[in-house]
Amino acid sequence: MSDPLKSRIEQVLLMAGKRAQEAEVFVGSVDDTPVVFEANRLKQLQTNRGMLVALRIVRDGKLGFATATSLDDIGSLVDRAVDISHFGAPARFELPSGQEYPRVSVYDREAETFDVDAMVELGQSLIARVREHTPDLLCDASVGRGAALVHVMNSRGGEASFTRSYFGLALEGTLIRGTDILFVGDSESSCHPIRDVDWLVKSTVNQLELSRRQAALTTGHMPVIFTPHGVVSALIAPLAAAFNGRVVLQGVSPLMNRTGEQVFSPELSLRDDATVAYRPRSRPCDDEGMPSRVIPLVEHGVVSGFIYDLQTAALAGTRSTGSGDRAGASLPSPSVSNLVVQTGKTGFEDMVRGLDEGLVVEQLMGATQTNVLGGDFSGNVLLGYKVEKGEMVGRVKDTVVSGNVYQALSAAIAVGREARWVGAVHTPAILCPDLAVGVKG
Amino acid sequence: MQRDLIESALKGHEADYVEVRLEESRSTSVRYRGKELEEISQPVSSGGNVRALVRGGWGFVSFNEPGHLREKVGLAVAHARHVGRGATSFAATEPAVDVLNETAAKDCSAIALAEKKRLAEEYNEIVLSTPRVETSVVAYRDRRRRVVFASSEGSYIEQSNSDLALRVAAMARDGGDVQQSGLSTGSRGDFGQVEGLHQQVRETALRAVELLSAPRVSSGEHWVVLDPILAGVFVHEAFGHLSEADFTYENERMRQIMVVGRRFGGDHLNIVDGAAVPGLRGSYRYDDEGVPAARTYLVKEGVLVGRLHSRETAAKMAEPVTGNARAVDYHHPPIVRMTNTFIEAGQASFDGMVGEIKEGVYVKNWYGGTTSMEMFTFSAAEAYAIRNGRVAELLRPVVLSGNIFTTLENVDAIGDDLQMNQGGGCGKSGQAPLPVSNGSPHIRIRRCLIGGA
Ligand SMILES: [Zn+2]
Repeated sequence: MSDPLKSRIEQVLLMAGKRAQEAEVFVGSVDDTPVVFEANRLKQLQTNRGMLVALRIVRDGKLGFATATSLDDIGSLVDRAVDISHFGAPARFELPSGQEYPRVSVYDREAETFDVDAMVELGQSLIARVREHTPDLLCDASVGRGAALVHVMNSRGGEASFTRSYFGLALEGTLIRGTDILFVGDSESSCHPIRDVDWLVKSTVNQLELSRRQAALTTGHMPVIFTPHGVVSALIAPLAAAFNGRVVLQGVSPLMNRTGEQVFSPELSLRDDATVAYRPRSRPCDDEGMPSRVIPLVEHGVVSGFIYDLQTAALAGTRSTGSGDRAGASLPSPSVSNLVVQTGKTGFEDMVRGLDEGLVVEQLMGATQTNVLGGDFSGNVLLGYKVEKGEMVGRVKDTVVSGNVYQALSAAIAVGREARWVGAVHTPAILCPDLAVGVKG
Repeated sequence: MQRDLIESALKGHEADYVEVRLEESRSTSVRYRGKELEEISQPVSSGGNVRALVRGGWGFVSFNEPGHLREKVGLAVAHARHVGRGATSFAATEPAVDVLNETAAKDCSAIALAEKKRLAEEYNEIVLSTPRVETSVVAYRDRRRRVVFASSEGSYIEQSNSDLALRVAAMARDGGDVQQSGLSTGSRGDFGQVEGLHQQVRETALRAVELLSAPRVSSGEHWVVLDPILAGVFVHEAFGHLSEADFTYENERMRQIMVVGRRFGGDHLNIVDGAAVPGLRGSYRYDDEGVPAARTYLVKEGVLVGRLHSRETAAKMAEPVTGNARAVDYHHPPIVRMTNTFIEAGQASFDGMVGEIKEGVYVKNWYGGTTSMEMFTFSAAEAYAIRNGRVAELLRPVVLSGNIFTTLENVDAIGDDLQMNQGGGCGKSGQAPLPVSNGSPHIRIRRCLIGGA
């Protein structure tokens, strides 16, 4: 931690310590540089710098909280936290004293300092290579790099800080034929620089190839294969909610009181892992200074854990799992880091070959805008392919898929052998044997 | 920061256009989750950005600390020069100098924190005291913001205003079955508009319990009637986003599809967007490029007649500016966005619409909506069976899906009861939630695709 910043944080703690029994200061800052391409052309170059300062205090047993976007006026920061403590909820937890942190590699200087002209070249070659395949494709793309710093210090001697680098590539292509609009594209991110675009080009070209023809299904129940993107667009949000200690505490997680129970298919194992090296959501500690660790959520279909921050853990009578996350200027709350679905035994090709008739879902639009708490998902197949006699025969449109994760994932699912990252989720494809599919006919 | 400092920082750069935006805000957040007061806070934020245009390329620099503004302008101009390789097209507008300090009838910035907390607490108690309700979320949020905008063309605009949103959710559980229902509303800073909702909150809580025993509708095509709230979300997703010219202006084929004069619906269909309607969440006097707000017909008598523009998209398409460039906050550059979007009232009565349906679904209220331009989804928080011309039993919530080229044509009745909905917000290109409103009368759609069991 840089000395001027550290001493400034110590000043806040000292000042807060005179008016409260406990205090914690969180400082997060980001510096990122995206290069943006629009309609195949270089369009915009940005530099974004931002800082968030959050002070949390415990005063006469009650929580006070204040945030600011600079460390200039620390007097007002402390005053505002004290004001809020008059209204605040009772503090149920103790701030952590000095902790042992795991070694989690999340910084690569070469990502933070990657040359802007080289970023421009990467974006240009990405677009050029995808358009070599489909010259009519209109591409938006971005290449971004940056770094984020996190510092947490509290009045019990707890202290943590780390710097994380970031590098990302994203492509979205639009192809219009008549009034038919096809969207293709993918993205990739890491704490390392991404120096070649082969993988992204291949993934996008594959989507273009599979979408050459159109195919139609009829309304009914059928097997549905979710590709890794499909898994993330439909199945992850209900699971992330159900394993959240906050939801469990509220009594509305369908998984509450079911630890040790076989709720899902034995093929399914799932963990939350903030310690994966060089992933943009990894970290040695959470935003409350609690050490990161691997949290098993489902082991062979058996519910094995939930995620907690300090306050929810204390209310639930358990320990924080190092999952306290701050979204914007909010208080910490439990949030998953990297969700990892354990790979299974079935190759993707074999999944497809095994179907007489079915659907492959690459993107289910709007799927999470329903009763996610109850496990429901329902959306429009933005990108997906009909399977006929073991082969993907064309892209489907005007098709909806719906289901409930507790039914869908307790059935005889098959889990893919090949996994990949989609944002902060590492997952293989998942085949659900029987889902409702509606088609405009 | 003083006006002369900002104006001098803008002078003497080699750019086609430069603008500076400085912003200060103070927010209030009160959130109950079950019995717990999960959050109460009053965050303050300050920051700004500079945007520069050189030969068709944009440079953008955002920051918290506005010191050394001239250097920041210099960096944005250097960025723009780095990427600018073509020609600039940027619609001319009259530079504006104005100071606007808008306060609502009962502006949230003048209400004590204790009063905001008390209101949230009252609503929370109603939800929690409803038999068989397991838990609740009551989230109140407001923000008072002052934005200073200055451009190299001589515009200098100060705008201060407030925005407010309230969300109430009730959850009920029966074993592993969890159901929820919600109420989402807001206003342009007027606290009075979120007071006195006790009865609506009570009904919301009761519905969560009722849903536990409600059946699911089957997947497939149904004849549906949408209430004004869901129909507002429908018009936002189905046509509003497609009217934003940034998806069209550089896309030759899209320009052919979205050509002025193309028919999208029947003669009864009129769709409008405009910030120049005072007092709604999407209202303002000037957009984030300093362009005066307008009121734009998107569809008139079923035919496409206009679209929403920034200065850049308007110039590229040789169409008039509409004042629709908006940024959610200083971290982002302005992009083309909706404001207040609605379907104008028609002549059908609700009873008449339902009366003609032998078997169908009445869908109300909303969970969300999203679009990929051609296809879109919008989800109803409430659904009821329609049988033999009458609204019958409650069903589980449904996600409806449409296609721009068929669904608007299939709107076969438009009611006479236009209502604006002020809940929620819009998300686009990572900028969310942007305050907007949308509205409609009751409308009826033939053969609408529903994802069900
Ligand atoms: Zn929207």
